[in-house]
Formats: sequence, C-alpha cells, structure tokens
Amino acid sequence: MNTPSLSRAFALLLWRDLLLAYRRRTEMINPLLFFVLVTTLFPLGIGADPALLRQVAPGIIWVAALLAAMLSLDSVFRSDFEDGSLEQFLISAQPLSILVLAKVVAHWLITGLPLLIVAPLLGLLLDLPAASISTLLVTLALGTPVLSMIGAIGVALTVGLHRGGVILSLLVLPLYIPVLIFAANAVESAGAGLPIVAHLSLLTALLVLSTSLSPLATAAALKISLS
Amino acid sequence: MLRFFHQLGSPKHFYRIAGRWIPWLAAACAALMLIGLYQGMVVAPPDYQQGDSYRIMFIHVPSAWMSLFIYIVMAVAGAIGLIWHMKLAEVIAISSAPIGASFTFLALVTGSIWGKPMWGAWWVWDARLTSELILLFLYLGVMALYSAVEDKRTAARATAILAIVGVVNIPIIHYSVEWWNTLHQGPTVTKFGAPSIDLRMLIPLLVMAVAFKLFYATVVLMRARVEVLQRERNAQWVRELVDIS
Repeated sequence: MNTPSLSRAFALLLWRDLLLAYRRRTEMINPLLFFVLVTTLFPLGIGADPALLRQVAPGIIWVAALLAAMLSLDSVFRSDFEDGSLEQFLISAQPLSILVLAKVVAHWLITGLPLLIVAPLLGLLLDLPAASISTLLVTLALGTPVLSMIGAIGVALTVGLHRGGVILSLLVLPLYIPVLIFAANAVESAGAGLPIVAHLSLLTALLVLSTSLSPLATAAALKISLS
Repeated sequence: MLRFFHQLGSPKHFYRIAGRWIPWLAAACAALMLIGLYQGMVVAPPDYQQGDSYRIMFIHVPSAWMSLFIYIVMAVAGAIGLIWHMKLAEVIAISSAPIGASFTFLALVTGSIWGKPMWGAWWVWDARLTSELILLFLYLGVMALYSAVEDKRTAARATAILAIVGVVNIPIIHYSVEWWNTLHQGPTVTKFGAPSIDLRMLIPLLVMAVAFKLFYATVVLMRARVEVLQRERNAQWVRELVDIS
C-alpha cells in the first residue's frame, strides 16, 4: 500500500471532515444559535440603553463567541473517538500533528467562520458604529482560529472522559483570556477612533504561535488519552 | 554522585531518603520562618506611607513568588516525566499542584486584605491580582484533570502536557493582563540597580522567601511519599514496610 503525500493526506482529511459536517447541517447551526441567543440575553439583563450597549458590545460579542467556540469544541474529536478513526490516525504513516491540524482547520471552517457572518448582525443589534463592526470582523477572523487551536489541546486531553465537558471549560477558558483582551480592546479602540495596529499584530502573533505549537501539543495529548 | 541520583529515581529509595530529609527541612523552615517573622513584624521599621499595614508583605510577596515558582517546577517535573518516563518526576509534579494552588490562594487573600486599606476595596481588577487569579484557575484545571482520569499514570502524563501548555501561556496571559490594566505598585525588589526598598525590610522578606521554599520542599516530599506508597501498594517493599509498622 502506498501512502499519499503529506499535503494530500491533509487535503483528504479536511475534505472528509467538511463533507461529514455538510451531511449533518443542523449541528453546524447550533453553536451559531447559541452565539445569537447569549448576545440577545445581555440587553434584556442590563437594559436597552443604546449608549450603554455600544460601550459593552465588544466585550459581550467576544465573550459570547468564546463560549460558542468552547461549546462546539467537543465535536472536534468526539465522533472519531467513538468510531475508532482516531486510533487509525494514530497508527497512520502521516505525522499525527498534521492530521490534527487538518481536523482543527476543518472544525474552524465549520464552527468559527459562520460566527463571522452573524457577527455584523449582532453588532447592529447592539448599536455598534460601522468602524467597530469592521474591526470586530477582523478580530474574529484572527481570533477564532486561535480559540480552535488552543481548544483542541483541551479536547485531546479530555476526549476519553465521561464528563469531559465541565473540565474542558476549566482547562480552556483561562487560556482564552489573552485573545479576549486583545480582541475586545481592539474593537473598543476602533470605536473611539484610536489606532488598532498593535492589537491586530498581537492577535496575529497569537495566531501564528498557536498554529505552529498547538498541533504538536494536541498530538501528544491524543497519544496519552488513547494509550 | 551519579549513583545517588540513580537511587533517588527508584521509589523505594526515594521513600527512605525523603523520610530522612523531611525532619531537617522542616526544622530549617521553622527556624527561618521564626527569624523572618520576628525581623519583619518587630525589627523592620514602619513604612513612611503605609504605616504598619505593609507588614503583610512578608507573607504576601513570598507566596506570590512561590505560586509562580511551583507552577514552573510542576511543568519542568512533568516534562522530565514525559520525556524520560521517570515515575518520580510525575509524582513530584502531581504533589506540587495542590501546594501551588494553596500558595496562589494565600497570595490572593493576603493581597485583598492588604488592598482594603490601601485601595479602599477588597478586590480591584488590577493586573497582577487578576493574573494571580488566572494562575489559580490554571492550578485548579490541572488538579481537576488529574482527578478526572481514572488511570493515574495516564492522568499524570495528561496533566504534564497541560502544565507545559500553561507555562507557555503564563507570560502571554501575564503581559496581556498587565497591558489591560494596572494599578499595582511596581516591583520594588527586582529593579535594576539599587532596590527601592529599605535593607531592614528586604532582609526579612528574603528570609521569609527562603523559609517558604523550605516549607514547599518539606510538604512536597511528604505528599510525594504518600503518593509513592499509593502507587506502589502492590510492591514487595511496601508490603514489608506495612507489616513491620
């Protein structure tokens, strides 16, 4: 049996995961609905004063995105763990970290990218000015892949556990804090007309760092969880 | 020398050697802590601004130092355990987690008690207090993961990964929080050049820091001994040990 090349293995796995997600479209919708629902809860809780909403909107949208990303994490490895494909990845000739990267990229395309489509709508609901909304989109595009990358480590550590969900949030949420700080701050600064290059550079740095390191940690964690 | 380290790696000898060290470490810790407390509470002059209330520093600052130090020890020991499959390093890493969490908690509590008269509030969202709180969450995550995994060897290796990921993230979290907000008084000991702290305050502080380190060493060895006994409960030497006593 000849093994496919590295890039081909990556593409095949990415395609497989996207196809699987397409076949189960309703599962894609749920994190999105959650994102919208959590955001609509805030005006009901703190009052609908537009000035107040505009002030807290970046934080609210980002916290909601954080929670939505965390809730959808469970599906990264769950079905592969249950039907045994994960063990096949482990013994395959390709490096596990590359396969993990393909899975995480697919997961982000399925759960992270739709957030970007809904976010402008939520921005309008919370009365964000146009400049802030475009910054919000940029920060979401840079930040949500980081969430998927870091989250994958947590999922890999808890994949074999029965009640992994609560522990997962305890493991992953503290590590999400830098993304939240830089992203929400960037949106806030954009609303105030301040430069945001520093925030965006730092977010990009986080993205590069997490993309290069987290697949290695995730692969190591998977090997331990499945041993 | 090499033989000594080799012996230290085997649980049986570790149990014996640690048992011999613990009383000495504990005695040194108690002596230093008494000296440090006396120097700090009685000898050191009151602060020109904060009066006597700054004296909580002699507990607060060493525990804050220890909270970070122990996390790094835990990650390094975890990495050694992962790379060389040294059981003892895993045991040390796991035994460190609750101690580190307690020091972090102590630093938070003393910090908020100190903050009440200084800032006028029990809690302010100050950068260093906040990153200490996040550090506590990281410790709790490590402990939760360890207790959730049934097989303790797997659990130890999983927590080692988590600790290493945490160590990579701690500087990022620290600086992001620092950048986000800061109220805390600047570091007064590590400044380059002359430290901006009176020598009569600095000496008790350093004595207390050493005492806290010795306390950690004592407690971690005690915890590690218990952990070794639990892990090796089916081994011949543990059975003999239990039979004798």
